[in-house]
Amino acid sequence: MEVYHSQILVCGGKGCVSPESVDLYRTLKSEIRKHKLSHEIEVLRTGCLGLCELGPVVVVYPEGVLYNKVKTEDIAELVESHFIHNKVLERLEYKVSKGEGNVRNLNELDFFKKQLRIALRNCGIIDPENIDEYITLDGYKALEKVLTSMSPYEVIENIKKSGLRGRGGGGFSTGMKWQFAAKQERDEKYIICNADEGDPGAFMDRSILEGDPHSVLEAMTIGGYAIGSNKGFIYVRAEYPLAVERLQIAINQSREYGLLGENILGKGFNFDIELRLGAGAFVCGEETALMQSIEGKRGMPMPKPPFPAVSGLWGKPTIINNVETFANIVPIILKGADWFKGIGTEKSSGTKVFALGGKITNTGLIEIPMGTTLRETIFEIGGGIPNAKKFKAVQTGGPSGGCISEKDLDTPIEYDTLTALGSMMGSGGMIVLDEDNCMVDVARFFLDFTKDESCGKCTPCRIGTKRLLEMLEKITKGKALMEDIDKLEHLALEIKKVALCGLGQTAPNPVLSTIKQFRDEYIAHVRDKKCPAKVCRALVQYVILEDKCKGCGLCTRNCNVGAISGKLQEVHKIDQDLCLKCGMCIHICRFKAIVKI
Amino acid sequence: MKTTQDLEEIRKNTFDRVNQGVNRKSTRIVVGMATCGIAAGADEVYDAIVDEVNKLGLSNVVIAKTGCIGVCRLEPIVEIIRPGEEKVAYVKMSPYKARRVVASHVLVGTVRNEYTMHVIQGKILNDYTLDND
Repeated sequence: MEVYHSQILVCGGKGCVSPESVDLYRTLKSEIRKHKLSHEIEVLRTGCLGLCELGPVVVVYPEGVLYNKVKTEDIAELVESHFIHNKVLERLEYKVSKGEGNVRNLNELDFFKKQLRIALRNCGIIDPENIDEYITLDGYKALEKVLTSMSPYEVIENIKKSGLRGRGGGGFSTGMKWQFAAKQERDEKYIICNADEGDPGAFMDRSILEGDPHSVLEAMTIGGYAIGSNKGFIYVRAEYPLAVERLQIAINQSREYGLLGENILGKGFNFDIELRLGAGAFVCGEETALMQSIEGKRGMPMPKPPFPAVSGLWGKPTIINNVETFANIVPIILKGADWFKGIGTEKSSGTKVFALGGKITNTGLIEIPMGTTLRETIFEIGGGIPNAKKFKAVQTGGPSGGCISEKDLDTPIEYDTLTALGSMMGSGGMIVLDEDNCMVDVARFFLDFTKDESCGKCTPCRIGTKRLLEMLEKITKGKALMEDIDKLEHLALEIKKVALCGLGQTAPNPVLSTIKQFRDEYIAHVRDKKCPAKVCRALVQYVILEDKCKGCGLCTRNCNVGAISGKLQEVHKIDQDLCLKCGMCIHICRFKAIVKI
Repeated sequence: MKTTQDLEEIRKNTFDRVNQGVNRKSTRIVVGMATCGIAAGADEVYDAIVDEVNKLGLSNVVIAKTGCIGVCRLEPIVEIIRPGEEKVAYVKMSPYKARRVVASHVLVGTVRNEYTMHVIQGKILNDYTLDND
């Protein structure tokens, strides 16, 4: 194995000057070889580095020197100066300004500048397996405060006043929910933490549980005190083994310290928490199905009312809150409802954690004040779309949410504004789509998911989602008629009206929002039999451009089904009947002679 | 069972361990070890740091595993705070790089700039992983 001392990165982005970057790469390689440095210096071609106006760029590591506007004829001089004489070639060097170059502090990144971390306050700072570290950063101080100086009524009033709304998606006032349960005069009540995070691409709850489990335990205990419950459950997916492990460690440590169990802190209040592992069914994130699952029954939703706050787990009043909701409780108690109310917007106070994913430069976990616009989130915090592609839409709320297009990007993120756009806050997945994504295919993907995850209890969801999926598949195969789009819309609206639980009621959202925002794409599929993003396989063809094909035969040798034929040094042809549209030939062709149409 | 006084005692005793400020008295090394970090190879990085710290016989060093800081694409991330100095974040770490950081930054205080983020016009350029590292 070679151990290289340095790496030279050549930006191979397609946005600026791709033909030159190929030449640059080859010239660099041969120049390095000429100086017999190939064993020490590695030359790499990268994807677009996003610096198109400086392009073509060459970066040398470990020094971190960036050469900009490099031409092929500069290479010999560059290699000789930089690698033989160990001198940076100043003529081409990019002069870094303030805040550029080597950055030692994560907080200096644009990614962190607009963030405000409340729920994630301890994530990445403390050791989640060490209760002392949590306690030191004001941990269990809120519990102390509540048990020594606040009545249950005051706690609930405080939470109500803060304007905290459920972070799991629905956005119901947390204080109101607690109040309903507190009013019930029953011998037993329960607190449940819903950690059954099932949206594709979402990992907010997992990160909180893995990074700061005690904040959830403390908040659940406070909740128990407020509504008069002595028992809590955390319903977490078994597919989050690390979160489960760290939660169990946290629970054991809290019990050892007497922060869970009997007579907490000597104040005469008892509360304990148990873990319940879910097998990963999406529907078990729905509160009534979740409770069935905890009871040991099959995870299926029940009609509401009665609401869980009146009759929930084993028929007793039960509060179910999401992980992130609980993670906000402790700061509210410590810093006061007014402080929390002052963050975010009038109707949605506080912050929201999002998992940024899809076609975005900075994938990761962010926490932003409510009211931040989608544009700020995607382009300033998220760093925009990689590879110089064009933004098309952002999907929020997972399979229950919808797509938001370019024209609505300046909408501030709030529960109600997102709902008005036909999407929803959801638990916080945010998937960015670019021009290469087909919106019909996106809707099909989510329907495929909800069809699989439908529990089958009510007919609209069990059969309706399947019919929706079939219609979408027909469209992606180019076999649909124009009236099918209207039928699709009609059925989607019906399912929304009559399905039993949240899963079924929101399952048609991806279809409805894509039809609303991108009707032209549906029409292109149906009427013109074309997929504008060239994603739907049945509607694209692979063809060889006659003027570019050199007849090298590379594609013929690599085609698994023998669909490409042609004599050497003559233009080749693809047999459309045999072609499986795997894309191997495009990938392998050195002359960019094969295109999708 | 702990009382409120006991918790205060813990806060006093553990304060230096978690102190994020420059007035720390010990060196704190944290490795991002949520699922994203571990998937990127944080386990090996953590082991390498523990091993190197022991090998060099360094005392007064706290090594902690921590959760997700948010920038999953730069994992494994190692952050180091030495007494009297600002926090330094190293990104895209490997066991080899981690050992070198311990031997230079933690031992003698020389920050290894080449393993920090390289930012040009708001873009982080050195966020790639090398196979043979």
